[in-house]
Amino acid sequence: MTTPKIYKTEAIVLKRSRLGEADSLLTLYTPYLGKIRAVAKGALRPKSKLGGHVELLSHSQMLLARGQNLDIVSQCQTLDSFLPLRDDLWRISCAVYLAELVDRFTEEHLENYPLFRLLLDSLRWLCWARDGGLVLRYFEIHLCHHLGYRPELGRCLGCGAPLQPRPSFFSPASGGVLCPRCGPGLARPLSLNALKVLRYLQRSSPAAASKLKLTPELSAEVEGVLRGYLRYLLEREVKSAAWLDELRRESIQQTVSTS
Amino acid sequence: MDFESLPTAQPVARLIEEFHRLPGIGPKSAQRLTYYLLRAPEEQARALAQAILAVKDKIVLCSQCQNITDADPCLICRHPERDRTQICVVEEPLDILALERTGGYKGLYHVLHGVISPMDGVGPEDLKIRELLERLKDGEVQEVILATNPNLEGEATAMYLQNLLKPLGLKVTRLARGLPFGSDLEYADEVTLTRALEGRQEA
Ligand SMILES: [Zn+2]
Ligand SMILES: [Zn+2]
Repeated sequence: MTTPKIYKTEAIVLKRSRLGEADSLLTLYTPYLGKIRAVAKGALRPKSKLGGHVELLSHSQMLLARGQNLDIVSQCQTLDSFLPLRDDLWRISCAVYLAELVDRFTEEHLENYPLFRLLLDSLRWLCWARDGGLVLRYFEIHLCHHLGYRPELGRCLGCGAPLQPRPSFFSPASGGVLCPRCGPGLARPLSLNALKVLRYLQRSSPAAASKLKLTPELSAEVEGVLRGYLRYLLEREVKSAAWLDELRRESIQQTVSTS
Repeated sequence: MDFESLPTAQPVARLIEEFHRLPGIGPKSAQRLTYYLLRAPEEQARALAQAILAVKDKIVLCSQCQNITDADPCLICRHPERDRTQICVVEEPLDILALERTGGYKGLYHVLHGVISPMDGVGPEDLKIRELLERLKDGEVQEVILATNPNLEGEATAMYLQNLLKPLGLKVTRLARGLPFGSDLEYADEVTLTRALEGRQEA
């Protein structure tokens, strides 16, 4: 799609790295232009007007000029910087994970409005969520949906039979659930409760999903299933997932050592 | 003679390649630097090569603060007048230069050599955090000042260190964050303004 020389767009900053002395190279996710890369000139100078407005994970209104290789951010105004995220190491790390997923799963210049919405809604939700992990699971399952990999949770992908309320199997390669007859040996076991949670997340709004309360075991199972599916689709690990694991390990250690 | 029209000789190509690997140097600049050196007097080229080798041979990390130095411990760590009860934690050696220019800080430093950056796979184990904890063991240090940059990675690193240091019973402080001098309120972002308000002082 062709964009005019100067264009205006909302954007969420997915990635930001240093370019030369004081410029920032940004990876942006936009509602109608998909992912774009742009330069914020002088953003690292203390007196820059762009500076904090192009910080990682802020949602801004931007004016961009089309450049030869990279577009140039000429004006930027923050719409939401998700302030409650910024003082909480766990929440901000969850948000970084979402940004990495979007970056890894998308190509440049491919519009995906529902995915933009999902990212924006999830960042807002992360600001107040009781359970950050739940936001991540919700995001993961809907991310797959918006990318065309919606996991099948209603009928067996082996024999086509509607799934009964029984423990089943999940197969990343098939893209969903296998029944107790088709699954053994081919897929990882999936408890009935985990299947119910996945289905519930898939059909709910964030507001409804936020009411879920999962035991640590169930939460770990659902996480394992979705991460396995994402890893299969991506054919590699999501780097910030390792950091989330590390944070969780340390917070468990701390609570154990203080109690 | 016009060098650009010649097919590139192998040593020339190699030097271009090496320049290109440096941060901030694109293929065009790498070429320009290479052809400049080809024309430059031999002493200049030798001086450059020797300076590069000297940096690699003589410069080490200070075993205490991890700053780059040609003598271990470094000048700051060795200085008899520095306050040994304070350690200011910074991301990079250049940050020390900036803080030293103020002349207002008399304590010691600790260089992390990076920040936690989950998307790049950089975690605490890649930073000089173990070395910091080691320095805090003998109980001489009473205050740790976290002076990481006020951006997402810098703040995440500071929060991580705060959690790590809190149980040790030290005073842990952060540099005040807010509006940069000479900046304009109108252009300040929400995070900076909020921080500036939180850190306000009686006039
Ligand atoms: Zn079946
Ligand atoms: Zn030193």
